[in-house]
Amino acid sequence: MSTVELLGNKEYKYGFVTDIESDVIPRGLTEDTVRLISEKKNEPAWMLEFRLKAYRHWLTMTEPKHWPNLKYPTIDYQDIIYYSAPKQKPTKASLDEVDPELLKTFEKLGIPLQEQKQLAGVAVDAVFDSVSVATTYKEKLKKHGVIFCSFTEAIKDYPQIVQKYLGSVVPTNDNFFAALNSAVFSDGSFCFIPKGVRCPMELSTYFRINNAESGQFERTLIVAEEGAYVSYLEGCTAPKFDKNQLHAAVVELVALDDAQIKYSTVQNWYAGDEEGRGGIYNFVTKRGKCAGRNSKISWTQVETGSAITWKYPSCILQGDNSIGEFYSVALTNHAQQADTGTKMIHLGKNTRSTIISKGIAAGKSNNSYRGLVKVMPKAENARNYTQCDSMLIGSTCGANTFPYIEVMNNSSSVEHEASTSKISEEQLFYLQQRGISAEDAVSLIINGFCKDVFLQLPMEFAVEAQRLLGLKLEGSVG
Amino acid sequence: MLEVRNLHAAIDGNEILRGINLTVKKGEVHAIMGPNGSGKSTLAKVIAGHPDYEVTAGEVIFEGRNLLEMAPDERAREGVFMAFQYPIEVPGVSNAQFLRLAYNEKQKHLGLEELDPLEFKDLLKERAKVVEMEASFMTRSVNEGFSGGEKKRNEILQMAVLQPKLAVLDETDSGLDIDALRVVAGGVNQLQSPENAVIVVTHYQRLLNYIVPDFVHVLANGLIAREGGKELALELEEKGYDWIKAEMQSNGTGAPAN
Repeated sequence: MSTVELLGNKEYKYGFVTDIESDVIPRGLTEDTVRLISEKKNEPAWMLEFRLKAYRHWLTMTEPKHWPNLKYPTIDYQDIIYYSAPKQKPTKASLDEVDPELLKTFEKLGIPLQEQKQLAGVAVDAVFDSVSVATTYKEKLKKHGVIFCSFTEAIKDYPQIVQKYLGSVVPTNDNFFAALNSAVFSDGSFCFIPKGVRCPMELSTYFRINNAESGQFERTLIVAEEGAYVSYLEGCTAPKFDKNQLHAAVVELVALDDAQIKYSTVQNWYAGDEEGRGGIYNFVTKRGKCAGRNSKISWTQVETGSAITWKYPSCILQGDNSIGEFYSVALTNHAQQADTGTKMIHLGKNTRSTIISKGIAAGKSNNSYRGLVKVMPKAENARNYTQCDSMLIGSTCGANTFPYIEVMNNSSSVEHEASTSKISEEQLFYLQQRGISAEDAVSLIINGFCKDVFLQLPMEFAVEAQRLLGLKLEGSVG
Repeated sequence: MLEVRNLHAAIDGNEILRGINLTVKKGEVHAIMGPNGSGKSTLAKVIAGHPDYEVTAGEVIFEGRNLLEMAPDERAREGVFMAFQYPIEVPGVSNAQFLRLAYNEKQKHLGLEELDPLEFKDLLKERAKVVEMEASFMTRSVNEGFSGGEKKRNEILQMAVLQPKLAVLDETDSGLDIDALRVVAGGVNQLQSPENAVIVVTHYQRLLNYIVPDFVHVLANGLIAREGGKELALELEEKGYDWIKAEMQSNGTGAPAN
């Protein structure tokens, strides 16, 4: 039987580098680096304290090298540049003052920042290396009471809210990468949806790593007050470099009573070449807290990029009747490795969670689902449904499922279903026999496999995600 | 339309077809019969281009072109259709989506107009009548959770949508009850025209009561052992296949004894 072999990715079209003068600090990480970052950002004392506490804790921690199903060379944390910002005026009254080179970069990425050119329904915060360069529709959103701005501005303009929620979901000492991020994070997005407001447009952040030597450490905080609703999208790309770059982000979501947050990601960081040279090391801590009753947090992710993905968007279901959802498509090709999944922690009564994970492995890649469902004693009548499906393309890749289930009361129910399948020659032949090319057939099968997840994405993202999977899996029958 | 000349084919190094000759003209219906393991399904799959089979000698000419040089999808777009003995499930892909993609690929190939989902829906509704299929089938995933009979009807629906020049039905009657058999055969008959041809691969004569062949070819041990008109099928029904096998053994064309 012949095997399905995959051709290389179609050219990664986001692999260009922007030539721009940057304010870069010396490489390496010490307490002085942390102070320098804080100083560059003119931060208040409490923020510096937060960072230093995290840094000191980080020094006592070790990188989680053993439990993830990932193999990569030791990361030299002293060989990374922790702050790299394009040189521009410190405050931007309008987009006219943003460096045209940056506007051009984002336009080339398909994210025009001039409002007249944008999709009408989406506001964008554009993050370039260590800083946010522009946020669109800020004024329009403000009229509805919605705050959407860079993290730097949020610390300056809304210190009480930031101080109240920062670290409340992911504490500084949560894990090695979260501690590192808490010490050195340079920017990110901040969203605040006040009580009773349904955010009138989709909010989004576009992350771009440009500098070959720097890491990106951004922080996102989204707070939805009582009865509020927001849908947030996140996209990311990076140029092609032979060297790996570290991306260690932290995302915190807080939903109060009856609030809903829908968080969607299409991750397309540079994945490295076919032999595994270069690519982003993506170590991300994402967690949402359903703090209030009847609140709901949904994570939808389509992970197609990065050399290494280590990511477990989670929900803490604290409020009674709260709902957590995780819908994931993780695709690995060539030498990519992904260890991704979720944690659903049931604390409140009648809390419900749904996990739908679709892992697709091709080439020599390795794709693991790792998920924890934990039902605490007081979470009476909690329910979880988990479905984990893996699909293998070819015979040199691997897929694993690592479910952890802990139930501490008798009234709850947890369901776990898992399957592993292979795109078979028979399936391909069947579709080809109907006149569909081998490449289109693979794409059709994969998109069918991922349908339950794509249905959760906002329309534009679903189209983008389907297209992206097709590109990543340009296949042929060998 | 189709010329098969001295066709030899093997799977995993075992030769299954050992020199098949077959000529099919427009408007004809041919039946390929034979006992299990005689190579009749292999012949169907080789014509369609199944990747498991290696053609070791001979040629297959379709409409003046060498079919063996074409990829399976190319053959399909040129008008070769095979109804599968075991239709394959494609989870998450709706029947309508799949059929429209296949239909448009063919239209594109022929330089004809492609249809958008709404236009295609109308076409599908019309063609579905051929196999008495309900609209609900169109939104269900391809063959997923279909009964044996539904799967076979779905094959004929695909044939109705794609309107091939040459349709090869690989044991379409297997696993069908008499009502389903009637519907499926009725569908095939409706699609028959002086411009196209049908090859019916079957073990039993039963299907040939409904789809009446112009020619019957009996395969044994990878060779055509007998040829004749529709009456040959009736003779086989009566006598079974053993006498053909015995005949081949005695004249030295049988497989070597294992």
